[in-house]
Amino acid sequence: MLATRSSRAEAAALDHTAPVFAALGDQTRLRLVARLGREGPLSISRLSDGSGVTRQAVTKHLGVLAGAGLARGSRQGREQVWTLEAAPLDQARRSLDRISQRWDEALGRLKKSLERG
Amino acid sequence: MTETSTDRIEKDIVIRAPRTRVWRAITDFREFGKWFQAEMRDPFVPGALSKGKITYPGYEHLTIEVQVERMEPEHLFSWRWHPYAIDPEQDYSQEPTTLVVFELEEIAEGTRIRVTESGFDKIPLARRADAFRMNSNGWEQQLHNIARYVGDAK
Repeated sequence: MLATRSSRAEAAALDHTAPVFAALGDQTRLRLVARLGREGPLSISRLSDGSGVTRQAVTKHLGVLAGAGLARGSRQGREQVWTLEAAPLDQARRSLDRISQRWDEALGRLKKSLERG
Repeated sequence: MTETSTDRIEKDIVIRAPRTRVWRAITDFREFGKWFQAEMRDPFVPGALSKGKITYPGYEHLTIEVQVERMEPEHLFSWRWHPYAIDPEQDYSQEPTTLVVFELEEIAEGTRIRVTESGFDKIPLARRADAFRMNSNGWEQQLHNIARYVGDAK
């Protein structure tokens, strides 16, 4: 049950970011995440093309995703290209899965004890 | 049926037992402890805090605190807690809680229980990441113990 120094530092760093799920609680941002996941790294102009959202709005939303550690922007020539960061998503997903599994186990025990007697 | 979104966990289970019996099993603090794997010291009372000790193997050094919200006999039981409170050194009192709701329904086969735990979106990812890491360590330790036991018993 020991948190190593590095995991503590990492946790402290994450504490300053917006929660991942809050960052995803927006239709536009969810679509951006879905597209980056499907099509790989994309420029802001590609992301705004045909999305019905202005470049400025896309930039702002990408900023929120970056703040939550979900996306990363890097410069390629004159354009900024955005990449999806999957690790925070996986981590959040896994933590919820564990709690879900605990509930299954607990309710399974409840069922067994009540149906036996 | 199981449904999980980002903010909530939903569970649905049918138990072949009368609703009165199921209600007692989830709201009597002693009976609750048996299947939830916790030793509760205080009875569940709306508005009151019930404290106890986790008995889940490997987590016996941890305490559990359940803030009871509503108790509508044989129908609804709800409480709040800190789902990732796994560091005994840490004070979680200022952190957001999740809400756990049990809803009971009488059906032909017995009783249907619907459990919903919601509010995960408000909990910092750091806490979840930390909890997950600690849980993994806990299991690694357990496996290590088993390996050692088996080795010794040979």
